[in-house]
Amino acid sequence: MALKLTDLKTEVHNDWCPGCGDFGIEASLKMALTEMPVDINKVALFSGIGCSSKLVHFTNAFGIHTLHGRVLGYAQGAKLANPDLEVIAVGGDGDGLGIGVGHFVHAGRRNIDMAYIIHDNGVYGLTKGQASPTLHLGMQTKSLPEPNINSSINPIMLALASGFTFIARSYAYNTRHLKEMIKKAVAHKGFALIDALQPCPTYNDINTKEWYGGEDRIDPATKRPMPRTYDLESTGYNGRITADMSEDEVDKNLLQVIEKSREWGDKIPIGVFYQNETVPIYEERISERSPIYLKEPPARQQLAKEDGKSVVNLANLSKGLLFESLVLAQ
Amino acid sequence: MLAQTATMKWTAVSVRVPTAPRMNDVTAQSATTRLREAKTVSRAIVKVNDLSWMTGGPQGSGVDSSANIFAGACVLGGLWTFGLREYYSSIKGPHSYFEVRVNGDKIRSHVNNVDVLATFDAETLIRHADEVTSGGGILYDPTFANIEIDRVDTIETPVVLRIKARLAKQGLPGTVTGILDEARKRGVNLFPIQYNDIIAKTAAQIGEHQLSKLSRIVNVLSVSASFAILGFDETYLNQSIERAFASKKKVVDMNEIGAKLAYDAAKTQLKQPFPFQLQPIQNQPRLLLMGVEAVALGKLVGGCRVQTYYPITPAADESEFLESHGNFDISAGNNLSQKGSILVTQTEDEIAAITMATGAALTGARAATSTSGPGFSLMVEGLGWAGMNEVPLVITHYQRGGPATGQPTRHEQGDLKFILSAAHGEFPRIVLCSGDMEESFYDAIRIFNYAERFQMPSIHLIDKGLANNSMTISPPKADLVPIQRGKLIQGDHQGNGNGEPYRRFAFTEDGVSPRAVLGMPGYRFWNTGDEHDEMGHIEEDPDNRVKMMTKRMTKLETSAKEIPEDEKFNFFRSSKKQADVTIVSWGSTKGPILDAMKLLERDGIGVEFLQIRLVSPFPTETVKQKLAGAKLVVGIEQNYSGQMAAVIAEKTMIDVKNKIVKFNGRPMSQDEIYQSVKQVISNPAQNRRVVLTHGA
Repeated sequence: MALKLTDLKTEVHNDWCPGCGDFGIEASLKMALTEMPVDINKVALFSGIGCSSKLVHFTNAFGIHTLHGRVLGYAQGAKLANPDLEVIAVGGDGDGLGIGVGHFVHAGRRNIDMAYIIHDNGVYGLTKGQASPTLHLGMQTKSLPEPNINSSINPIMLALASGFTFIARSYAYNTRHLKEMIKKAVAHKGFALIDALQPCPTYNDINTKEWYGGEDRIDPATKRPMPRTYDLESTGYNGRITADMSEDEVDKNLLQVIEKSREWGDKIPIGVFYQNETVPIYEERISERSPIYLKEPPARQQLAKEDGKSVVNLANLSKGLLFESLVLAQ
Repeated sequence: MLAQTATMKWTAVSVRVPTAPRMNDVTAQSATTRLREAKTVSRAIVKVNDLSWMTGGPQGSGVDSSANIFAGACVLGGLWTFGLREYYSSIKGPHSYFEVRVNGDKIRSHVNNVDVLATFDAETLIRHADEVTSGGGILYDPTFANIEIDRVDTIETPVVLRIKARLAKQGLPGTVTGILDEARKRGVNLFPIQYNDIIAKTAAQIGEHQLSKLSRIVNVLSVSASFAILGFDETYLNQSIERAFASKKKVVDMNEIGAKLAYDAAKTQLKQPFPFQLQPIQNQPRLLLMGVEAVALGKLVGGCRVQTYYPITPAADESEFLESHGNFDISAGNNLSQKGSILVTQTEDEIAAITMATGAALTGARAATSTSGPGFSLMVEGLGWAGMNEVPLVITHYQRGGPATGQPTRHEQGDLKFILSAAHGEFPRIVLCSGDMEESFYDAIRIFNYAERFQMPSIHLIDKGLANNSMTISPPKADLVPIQRGKLIQGDHQGNGNGEPYRRFAFTEDGVSPRAVLGMPGYRFWNTGDEHDEMGHIEEDPDNRVKMMTKRMTKLETSAKEIPEDEKFNFFRSSKKQADVTIVSWGSTKGPILDAMKLLERDGIGVEFLQIRLVSPFPTETVKQKLAGAKLVVGIEQNYSGQMAAVIAEKTMIDVKNKIVKFNGRPMSQDEIYQSVKQVISNPAQNRRVVLTHGA
């Protein structure tokens, strides 16, 4: 019984602003879920706090709407306790790169097999448009009293430095592309990031749908707008690291990730910047310590016998602390 | 009326309980029975199996391991021990000490005096010599005799000045010799041990030319010399050494050879029998463990399978124990592997620790995080989320000296009121306080049962004293507390049967809803930190808000009804019918209170002791009933303000008028409690607030 888009709908009223990029991300995620070989009963969506994080309530899958900046903590904890779950985390750029940026960095170090989509619109929407960590220096979006005084975080570069093993970018209104990126991120073995660019029609009056679409740049030949985003793959770019690569080749590849991540303005690359499946995932590292981990993860271990008595052999467990009294021959 | 009774007008009376009978006030202090006994120790009378032994030294020099080897040898000889461990927030250098009390019967606390002080550095001698009982003994390195006190730069200036002034008053020099002379005059036996000679001889015997490689055995030498004067067979020490260094044959050998030499060297110095003796007794196998280990064992038995933590003193020791015992044997009929495992994850901070543990709990795994004051401060938002979403999350909280970084390695019970109210808004929580090793073990199981049965964050509240002190106990029973998972939906369901969608937060009479976990087919649910409907979706409707708040808070009443009385409190009373005093306390003061009760009873004082264990929900009726008719109520707590007394006032309107408090970072001793309770009884009105100060 194939999963249909309508199966993923809930009764909850969607209160995003008309024209919000969140709609595109929601649609792409749902399309991806119907096209992927996943059991929807095993899918657990986690979100932080912000407009985007309401997404879980609009989606008919296990949905855990957590705290501001803490989505990765909850999501990683669930995945580690039950590695059979297909865990997908979503949240805003303020959530993941502002208040939650510490967790972002450390999630890269662990490389747990899950996906994380950042809704990246440059503003804190739900608190009425303050500058988020991805808004560029000097930009003054609609509700800022003064231009942005901070430099911006480059999510691609930060993810690379933190050890993420799949780093992609897409655009909320290119749902076909974003859907494919989500499918790749979920299929990737390791921690996967998608930086999903999106307009905020209410508070970001600079990086608008029209701006991304290049409506201010009409191709004199075709008389059509020239979109600012372009597909990395169409340029022959390949960000994949493979086991047979030499150190030099790896270095070259890493440098091109950095180079591409710096492109902005009139040319914004989307697609897979980097993918590296040669790094063992956290689950494998745990299995090396606890061979039963994947077969009997914490969520599925038997704790008690039928009468409620603990299964743990306390005598063996406490052997190192036990002292038999020694009787000496008189 | 409440405001009036709750207003605390204290007459602050600070008493310094003497650490030992001093030269000039031996007769003045009729204070403790123990001191009286100590006085009666003459060279003819020998005290058997009742000893307080102390070692000390620079941190990182093996003080802990030598104390553990000493205690281990005693336990192998069938004796009971209690170990007080004091250390600085530092890794190398500053002074740490470890007091091991040994007895033929079970003991639960330390005492003020030291009967044998085993030193191998000058600082321990300088700091602790005045604590040694008249008739007791000091083992020391005679090459330190000329060291001037103010040249030992790890001793704080005020301490140096205090000691020098004390010596000057007696016309003694401000050197180690002065310290030794002072002790000798008080009737303390001095045992110079030529550690360097022994190390050189040991090196020769094992064919090691580099003496520095043997320097670490010096603390075992002092342990061995102690056993020689205490008349305790060296076999026990050798066994203990072998346990401690099991995997290192060479280390065992050098320690045993050195121990033998030290034993013989000390023995030859005994001109007459030493007044304190240890004699082996036959006994059942017992555990020698610290509180963190008791908690860790309880967690594993109780089914904890995920533990997250961020390094912090003193909680991290528990997580490290869990990690080093991460794969363990189980005996479940249908389990093929016969192995269980716990996932211990070190996180980037305490926020990640609590949120990861909560995420794990949503999958049905029993999950916990373990921390101390500063870490818990970071966790509180996550605590509120777990409360809002009715997640059975367990937090083990080890109190230490606060506020801020406070006294990171020192003892305090200063977090009670914080734990009770942490996080914004109102939500129910379980707060359970353990008083000793056994309770720590069983409560570590119970706290998971409470968390799952009542679906709320549950905090196991412990303190540094309990966490780090060591004690000999009979092995606890793995099956005394059965595992209860409440309304957890178990098994591989394909739907909830009635065609209706599953409602995670369904309204029920007891407030507790059937609980599904992530990944369970047919039981889809949502969680949110926002107020929500029964499905778990955001809902701001005022009627729903009232119903949902009421549902959550009802669980507190449900838990109060369902948790058995004997898990909420302990009530101890001496044989005398009408109690002269009713002590109310909580946490690790239990040990010294119970030990002090024996001394008070011996003096004909009838004592009751109400140990409150469950603070949320609070056993209001019981506390009212136990305290209302009491002749004299004394609250004993290790904090400044008397936090439990404040909780009692809030819940029962009973004003605990007399308090004994301590907040110098050192746990209460049996003697301090004995003496201060007597002081309060002698004149309650003049002793509304007694501040205890013992401890180095």
